[in-house]
Amino acid sequence: MRAADLIRFARDAATGSPLRTSLLILAMAIGVAAVVVLTALADGARRYVLNQFSAIGSNLVIVLPGRSQTGGFNPGNAITSTPRDLTIDDAQALLRASAVHRVAPLAVGTSEISVGGRLREVMVAGTTAEFIAVRRLSLAQGRFLPPGDWRRGASEAVIGARIRDELFGRDEALGQLVRVGDRRVRIVGVLAATGQGLGMNTDELVIVPVALAQAMFNSNTLFRILVEANSREAIAPAKAQVSEIIRLRHEGEQDVTVITQDAVLATFDRILGTLTVAVAGIAAISLAVAGILVMNVMLVSVTQRTAEIGLLKALGATRTAIRNVFLTEAAMLSLAGALLGFALGHAAAALIRQLYPAFPALPPDWAVFAGVATALATGLAFGVLPARRAALLDPVQSLARR
Amino acid sequence: MGAPLIELSAIERVFHLGDSRVHALQSIGLCINAGEYVSVMGPSGSGKSTLLNLLGLLDRPDSGRYRLAGRDVTTLSADEQARVRSERIGFVFQSFHLVPRLTAAENIALPMVLAGIPPAQRGERVRQALRDYGLENRADHRPDQLSGGQRQRVAIARATIMQPALVLADEPTGNLDRTTGEEVMRLLEALNGTGVTLIVVTHDGALGARARRQLLMADGTLQHDRERSVDWPGKACALPT
Repeated sequence: MRAADLIRFARDAATGSPLRTSLLILAMAIGVAAVVVLTALADGARRYVLNQFSAIGSNLVIVLPGRSQTGGFNPGNAITSTPRDLTIDDAQALLRASAVHRVAPLAVGTSEISVGGRLREVMVAGTTAEFIAVRRLSLAQGRFLPPGDWRRGASEAVIGARIRDELFGRDEALGQLVRVGDRRVRIVGVLAATGQGLGMNTDELVIVPVALAQAMFNSNTLFRILVEANSREAIAPAKAQVSEIIRLRHEGEQDVTVITQDAVLATFDRILGTLTVAVAGIAAISLAVAGILVMNVMLVSVTQRTAEIGLLKALGATRTAIRNVFLTEAAMLSLAGALLGFALGHAAAALIRQLYPAFPALPPDWAVFAGVATALATGLAFGVLPARRAALLDPVQSLARR
Repeated sequence: MGAPLIELSAIERVFHLGDSRVHALQSIGLCINAGEYVSVMGPSGSGKSTLLNLLGLLDRPDSGRYRLAGRDVTTLSADEQARVRSERIGFVFQSFHLVPRLTAAENIALPMVLAGIPPAQRGERVRQALRDYGLENRADHRPDQLSGGQRQRVAIARATIMQPALVLADEPTGNLDRTTGEEVMRLLEALNGTGVTLIVVTHDGALGARARRQLLMADGTLQHDRERSVDWPGKACALPT
């Protein structure tokens, strides 16, 4: 049988029973659409998280006190003293590194803020003028902390948008004196609302000069040092330089941990990428179900068309020809279902993007390809058994059926 | 004409129905020359349909030998038998067996499609067949839009489109009224007139009597082999014993 004739014959057979054909195509389409939509959601989640992390600040290198790596018990560690704290001097020393663009020390503690009888517990962040640039924050009102000597800070504070709303309501906040812990500070700026995001919620933050925060908490240590590298390529050298400077300052001991945003991002990327694959696998189950349905429907079709198969044999069709007729039909139905599902899935993903613009629900190419390929493969694989059954039918008994 | 077209010797066909064995055909020996017109008659269950299936290579004997045009076809594989059917044998059935979703022209072309004949050649032959059987106006009609006689004409056109040497007809008028049945028989006999060997299975005595050679079957055996005219060279093909 010629290929064109085979395709035409299979097409006529498929369109000859429209309900059966359309149900089968629908089942296959739902399977493929499920793969497309679910992977779009999972991959969208991955991108969403990555975007959120990128929003914390780009080219960021973060220095934490203490070694976080567990390298087994080392007697040397037991003898030497506990890790040294990070200090403002450490932070300032980092400015010498060539790959470093900006440095912002960060001292953190909780305290109370009160004004006009209203009192609220807040997180106080002591830092410097660079913080707003390093963290990519923006101001709604006023100004940020002024640049200047890190060890001396005016009694000034910048507050988060939510704190402003809760303490002052509709009143003017700029220029007001508030009490933070046991200090009186003047509010010089209000941060723009960032909404709920990952990391520190800056809407509920009170930012004061780092020297003031350290005095407030009676400590000379830093919680973190935020370092911004010159460029994305400079992140690795910056990390090395930062580690080296701190090591030299801490008498040759590697007692801080330097993490880069890239490392965090890569970890999340990996975790959520795995999740996408897992979701694709779950969706593939629906494809397997659709495949079994193809088999079922094709078996019914063979039974219904027994007389026709007998006739084809009497007219000189070989077993191969009969098998090819049914395989072609299964392949065509699967292909039609896969294409429909492809379109449906993309339409659904587009709808999700329309409804939630922040959520980049785009199916990854590999998932779309795998979905369509799996649909075709299962359709064909599950079409083999019915096709074989048709090919092996006894022509005499088949012809007797009508 | 050297060897006879059909040579059956010691053909046995046994069906197993549960525990019982039914001898559908018992020691059948038969010899049919090319161009003969043979009717096979007998009551239902006499084995005449089994014989026809066997002659059409739709069924295999349990033992015995079947030579078609000098070639032993009992040992051929299923696909080789399919090729023999495609090239040499045309079937006409009682219930027409047209594919309902295909038009008359497409049904006629079906054997050529299965044989892989190029579309251009197919079109010409189908047009000729439609003209020959007076179906020009029915080419694009589906079977359910055709009368019984027209359906059987389509079936005959389909059976002959590959120009087979042998046409097997199983109760070809069984589903037709007397006039259309008569018309169909005349078509088949005209076919025989062009040299095609025609074998008709029927339980209608009047229909069977039209054939020059009449076989009567009962209980799986050949009871009678009668020739209407003595000068027919059928005897040239010696019956194997």
